[in-house]
Amino acid sequence: MGTRNPVTWLGSPAFPEAARTALADTQLRRNLRNATTTIRGRRRDAVGELPDWEQLRRAGEAIKDDVLHHLDRYLEQLEEAVTARGGVVHWARDAAEANEIVLRLCGDAREVVKVKSMATQEIGLNEALAEAGVHAVETDLAELIVQLGDDRPSHILVPAIHRNRSEIREIFRAAGLDPASDEPRVLAEAARAHLRRKFLSCEVAISGANFAVAGTGSVVVLESEGNGRMCLTLPRKLITVMGLEKVVPTWQDLEVFLQLLPRSSTAERMNPYTSVWTGVTPGDGPEEFHLVLLDNGRTATLADPVGRQALRCIRCSACLNVCPVYERTGGQSYGSVYPGPIGAILTPQLVDDPHDKQAASLPYASSLCGACFEVCPVRIDIPSVLTHLRAQAVEAKGRSAESVAMAAAAWVFASASRYEKAQKLGSLARLFARDGRISWLPGPGAAWTSSRDAPVPAREPFREWWRKNRG
Amino acid sequence: MASARAEILGRVRDALRDKPTAPPVPRDYVRSGEASVELLAERVAHYRATVHVVAEPDVVPLLGELLAGKRIVVPDGLAWDVPGMTALRDPLTVAELDAADGALTGCAVAIAQTGTIVLDGGPGQGRRALTLLPDHHVCVVRADQIAGTVPEALERLDPLRPLTFVSGPSATSDIELDRVEGVHGPRRLEVLIIR
Ligand code: SF4
Repeated sequence: MGTRNPVTWLGSPAFPEAARTALADTQLRRNLRNATTTIRGRRRDAVGELPDWEQLRRAGEAIKDDVLHHLDRYLEQLEEAVTARGGVVHWARDAAEANEIVLRLCGDAREVVKVKSMATQEIGLNEALAEAGVHAVETDLAELIVQLGDDRPSHILVPAIHRNRSEIREIFRAAGLDPASDEPRVLAEAARAHLRRKFLSCEVAISGANFAVAGTGSVVVLESEGNGRMCLTLPRKLITVMGLEKVVPTWQDLEVFLQLLPRSSTAERMNPYTSVWTGVTPGDGPEEFHLVLLDNGRTATLADPVGRQALRCIRCSACLNVCPVYERTGGQSYGSVYPGPIGAILTPQLVDDPHDKQAASLPYASSLCGACFEVCPVRIDIPSVLTHLRAQAVEAKGRSAESVAMAAAAWVFASASRYEKAQKLGSLARLFARDGRISWLPGPGAAWTSSRDAPVPAREPFREWWRKNRG
Repeated sequence: MASARAEILGRVRDALRDKPTAPPVPRDYVRSGEASVELLAERVAHYRATVHVVAEPDVVPLLGELLAGKRIVVPDGLAWDVPGMTALRDPLTVAELDAADGALTGCAVAIAQTGTIVLDGGPGQGRRALTLLPDHHVCVVRADQIAGTVPEALERLDPLRPLTFVSGPSATSDIELDRVEGVHGPRRLEVLIIR
């Protein structure tokens, strides 16, 4: 259809420029460091408790590979099973088509409730609905914070991870929610009161899906707050938008993912609520169920034998939390709903446009340290895909200014000693910095900085940080 | 123009022209585990739910104590007749459910390793909204309903029924990753396990 893929945000600068701004924001970096340090420790405990974690990872990898290798067959099976149980399946080639379908299904509704979903963010559904006069109310607490703050998400799982409690209180105040304090409990209570009426009265709900079982047509959503259950149960009509790759072959396969996902994402033995539904159940839940199967660059990604493994991703966000680049730059620098290491390999493939500068800079937003692969529950070899995509980009159009800049940053991030050296020289470099650019890096880094495009080193000594967090 | 369906399936087949293959799925992970009352009690309590381990004859008296004087939603087919509370039964409106003090149910399966209870809408559990809107959910688990692990639990469940896996009360960690119990789902979860 020739329209721009909204998976990247229009007007976002390319990664190096955005990262420079983020690196200068100390509040942001403090919020992020606190959050990712906490979640890393918890994940380690949750995963360490299972003696068969490696076996589960290998099973998860193999199941997802089987899905991808026979995706046509599993999608047809899924469609048949959902239809047989009273659901309606729709197919969308791209974002515009998916948005059109959902808008049509919304009918006369002017307000719909929504449970957090990466796929609907990816296609810019809320904006598309708003243009047509339909207000989509985000009901996940973090999404609500992002929506009310007219902000952008910075993390897959905790989209408002860049905000601390007092900032959140201000956002709520400005939106008229008026929480009595900035205690998380009080803020959550304010959100509950704000959304309750909407849950009880909305006619239409929109959700994503974590998994869908080809054999049975069952769709699965994992969540914590109960807003998912509200959306999936109370409204008369449920519309679920799901990426093609979310299908799994059998019910039994879920036994692997229901262990991998909660421990990798929220670091819990199990998330508070998991809902499973199959088509329509008379007398229980919505009377109408629509499943929108979304391509939007997935089949293009599937065509690359190296890059296709990105489609194994179950959106746990573990790779974000361990990434030294993510922790320093924040999620918004990636200019896409998919930030961090997974974003660096998925976004450019979904966009599939070598002229999109922002997407093209993403494969360089990594130090190739390998921490992302080690934590990935479905064993996506992110460093290899990054290297592969970099080679492709160079082949397509030579080295761009963005790629040179990112390579310089990555080169510094990659080694504690290099970073430390740059760090020591940092105050010196700062003197020469203009617009956040530095003109000189130590040793061979000089070769890179002669292109005047390396980010200013952050203030915290990297080695110390590395020892604390990765050792 | 070809239908979106035909075009997408065509793109998938094109993308897979290299005919990739993968080894069979290795299923050498742990399938079975301890299915004890003690482990389930410990793991449910870990989520800051209230847990009572009781002998069969003590179930009704304890429920009576917990729920006396309250307006409690009760699904069809519940095995326990609790004195002293007002039982609310379907048909109930959303507003009536919202105004109830709590809901009392059984479950289909419980998972010891993860501290999870699973509802499948069967007898004594009711439609999903019954256990969602009231702010307090009291769930009774029989020892024979406890599965050790996630694989063992899924084996016992019918995916064609609407399922809700519940692990502790509603919670969020969206603000500074600080866990807060009780957002939209029931803020209090109380589990009675019959020894
Ligand atoms: S790439 Fe792996 S670690 Fe990262 S979000 Fe996806 S599944 Fe999780």
